Amino acid sequence: VHADEQKSGWTRLQPLGTARDMPRPKPPRHRRRPPKLPVYRGAWGPVQAERLLWRAGFGPRRGDRERFAKLGLEGSVRALTHPPAERLRGPKPTVDGAPIAPGDAWGHDVLWWLDRMVRSNQPLTERLTLVFHDWFATSISGASARHLLAQNRTLRANCMGSFQTLTERITRDPAMLMWLNGTDNSKDSPNENYARELQELFTLGAGNGYTERDVRELARALTGWRNDWSDNTGAVNFRYDGSRHDGGTKTVYGRRGRYTWQDAVRLAIEHRSHPAFFVGKLWGYFIPTAPSRADVTALSSLYVRSGHKIRPVVEAILRHPAMHRGPRMVKPPIVYVAGLLRGAGKGVDTDAWAWATELAGQRPFAPPNVAGWDAGRWIDTATWRGRWICANHALEGRTLDPDPDKTKYPTTAAQSPAGAVDAALKLWGSPTVTAATRRELERFAKRCDQAADAEWKQGSYSILRHNALAMLIATSPDLHTC
Amino acid sequence: MTRDPSCEDCSRAQLFRAAAGRGLPPIEPGMPAPAGTGLTRRSLLWRAAGAALSVYGAGRLLPMSEALAQGPGPAGGRVLVQVYLEGGIDSVNLLAPTEDPTYRKLRPTLALPPGTGTPFGEDQRLRWHPSAEALAQLHGEGKLCVMPAVGYAHPDQSHFVSRHFYEVGALDANQRVGWIGRYLDRVGNPDNPLQGLSLDGSLAPALATARVPVASIDSPSGYGFWARDVWGDVESLMLEASAEIGAAHLGADAALRQAATGAVQAGRLRGQLAPFAPTESGDGPEKLPFTIPVAYPAGDGLDSFPAKLAGVAAMLAAGLPLHCISITAPGGYDTHSDQREVFDGDLKLTCDSLLAFQRDLEARGLADRVLVHVWSEFGRRAEDNGSGTDHGAAGLGLVLGARATGRMIGEFPGLDQLDPDGNLRATSDFRAVYASLLEQWLGHDAAAVLPDARSMPRPALVR
Repeated sequence: VHADEQKSGWTRLQPLGTARDMPRPKPPRHRRRPPKLPVYRGAWGPVQAERLLWRAGFGPRRGDRERFAKLGLEGSVRALTHPPAERLRGPKPTVDGAPIAPGDAWGHDVLWWLDRMVRSNQPLTERLTLVFHDWFATSISGASARHLLAQNRTLRANCMGSFQTLTERITRDPAMLMWLNGTDNSKDSPNENYARELQELFTLGAGNGYTERDVRELARALTGWRNDWSDNTGAVNFRYDGSRHDGGTKTVYGRRGRYTWQDAVRLAIEHRSHPAFFVGKLWGYFIPTAPSRADVTALSSLYVRSGHKIRPVVEAILRHPAMHRGPRMVKPPIVYVAGLLRGAGKGVDTDAWAWATELAGQRPFAPPNVAGWDAGRWIDTATWRGRWICANHALEGRTLDPDPDKTKYPTTAAQSPAGAVDAALKLWGSPTVTAATRRELERFAKRCDQAADAEWKQGSYSILRHNALAMLIATSPDLHTC
Repeated sequence: MTRDPSCEDCSRAQLFRAAAGRGLPPIEPGMPAPAGTGLTRRSLLWRAAGAALSVYGAGRLLPMSEALAQGPGPAGGRVLVQVYLEGGIDSVNLLAPTEDPTYRKLRPTLALPPGTGTPFGEDQRLRWHPSAEALAQLHGEGKLCVMPAVGYAHPDQSHFVSRHFYEVGALDANQRVGWIGRYLDRVGNPDNPLQGLSLDGSLAPALATARVPVASIDSPSGYGFWARDVWGDVESLMLEASAEIGAAHLGADAALRQAATGAVQAGRLRGQLAPFAPTESGDGPEKLPFTIPVAYPAGDGLDSFPAKLAGVAAMLAAGLPLHCISITAPGGYDTHSDQREVFDGDLKLTCDSLLAFQRDLEARGLADRVLVHVWSEFGRRAEDNGSGTDHGAAGLGLVLGARATGRMIGEFPGLDQLDPDGNLRATSDFRAVYASLLEQWLGHDAAAVLPDARSMPRPALVR
């Protein structure tokens, strides 16, 4: 242990999206038999399937809930982690009726990905792509849309495979090389930016078993990348150039060698702090309560034994009782948006999503910084309003025309409050709502009925009421959480 | 970010349509008179229609007139504005030892030439970066306290760890309530989200409370709600029901409670901010519903930094119960590369806007009520990296206002006595600055808020 490692006192912030006070496990290799991972054995039906589909995807499309209810837990997890060949179902994304132009038109990168979240038959693959976008958070404020789209494909292609391979691909990924100054890092002027975040945010956790000296030495190992500049397209021609690499001996974690960029990734992944960091951070994306010490040990062991594979760890987390029995989670804003569209059976047909998702607090390809989004505080008064605006856009073309001459709809008098609530719920694919919300929705429906105190109001008020109920359901605490 | 004009248009159209049948409501008793509020009579009348509807729809939620009637609030109506320079600003080039040969040796790429910029009156070794000329002016007027090397012992060079320490006011990785949040929890009002206001579109962690409500918005003039094909009585009932659905879940699990709190606080805030929605967009750009007595630097839209500061001044003039405010300055100061561009543009916009804000407050007679604290998570490495600078340790802090003592806190430690990592050594502690802000400005016992207050000095920030 280095002197300044002790000085830092193991100070570390919990990885974002992870519950606090996660215990540190013993290194798994000292154990002969790892503890067993518990598996949920409780009731399984549409309600349980609904939560799983939200946590491991973007919510159910029509029929999904019932289909997964029939599959059982084991079958459902398998269907998610071993999806069929990719197919995008439903209408293709458009803006003003024209096809989108991701990489060229403003905001169409957001539409391109949102569309996949809405239409893909591989919801977990898409969700893990989002997880790793947050994990290796790279922003359009420091990289081009073109490079970010390429990075997105890299994340998707590697999201269930080896985390070491994924980290290697990201280390040499052009968007990341731009974002964290990888191509500014050369033997003559080393730049620590990527070396620091590789350890702090991607593989180990802040101060979790490395020192400032390790940051500098790892930065030397990572030297050698470069790119050219084109007047037309910006940064181009990313490549490794041995003449920019510092070939000298480096000391990292107390070991010495003439380390290269691949060594830098390997050293971080093989660091004794990495497995617990990895499984704890990944757990936090799916379950809001902290894993037990035994769970961390068992998951770490599973992870190391599998050769640092992501899929088996995800499977174990999705089967865990805490996933199915524990408290609710706030949906990330983009999951909320994609889920509203999936529930409503609607496609991506406006570029409003590019700014509306930003107001809601999560515009894809634009995380606030390299630490990703702060999942502990998704909702405040500003982002709550952003979600309201998103719900409004998800309703575009789905509200009823308040002119009673144009819309045939039962009058307030003819339709019970409960019937009005059911009709509005159906608009979103009939999601499960709590009794408290149901009660308030019916109370609202009744008040509208009372406010329709003249015969001419009854027709239009019943339509206004339906549209308002759709908004109240979409913005209820029930729909913001899962 | 672009805005969707149709939303605001429709929103106003709906309000007009709904109000048209009854005629515009008169100005209610307790409403502020336009004089001195910064609101034009026309826009006040206009917004009064919206406010009245909000009040009608808000049920037991706090209406505008009541918000104004709450009185001066804690600390005699004093306001603390925190401005965050994100990424760790390079204090060595902001206040540069231009004549020091060590400086030119360490900064072959970035050193300002000797003689550049206005000399810093309290330390002849230093000169202001030309982009920070506005700060030189404020310092010359005795309205700016400068901490040339603020930090803490055993500095952490992670953005997220160091920023977190500044946000919670302690070297405590597990604290989840902000230092201002802890103060507000002690003195705050259970019904006033505006007492802790973030203007960045998401909550500033320093303002995160455990008990009392706080708010975040994009800009003072953008907190309207609108629902597609809903208006009139039903719209009012809908907005009321939205808050009530939230209220029904305040006792539920943490996630539901977070969403529920969002709904309830949004309802309150909507009522409080109704008079500040922009008016008459038509085909032209949206206009603010208040007049601004001084010229601010041109910013990009209603949610630009200068527009937000102008909005804060107008909200204060209108008597809204603001107390602690947080705003992130334009630009990113994590200048690992191309540092010059950031300093030339973003830093200048930041400093010029702060000067305009001070002039605005002076013109409105509010200058004695407002203190601005500027902070960043750390400074940068003394040596440049050929294009920018890597993470450092001690960095820059500022306290600005008519009531600031205008004195330097701590000294510039020089570039010949760097720490073992090649960074500036701290000559003042951020927790001491917080303790002084709490006691000298907010009139509150610092030890009740900051765990380390007892071991900290109290630099003289307020006169």
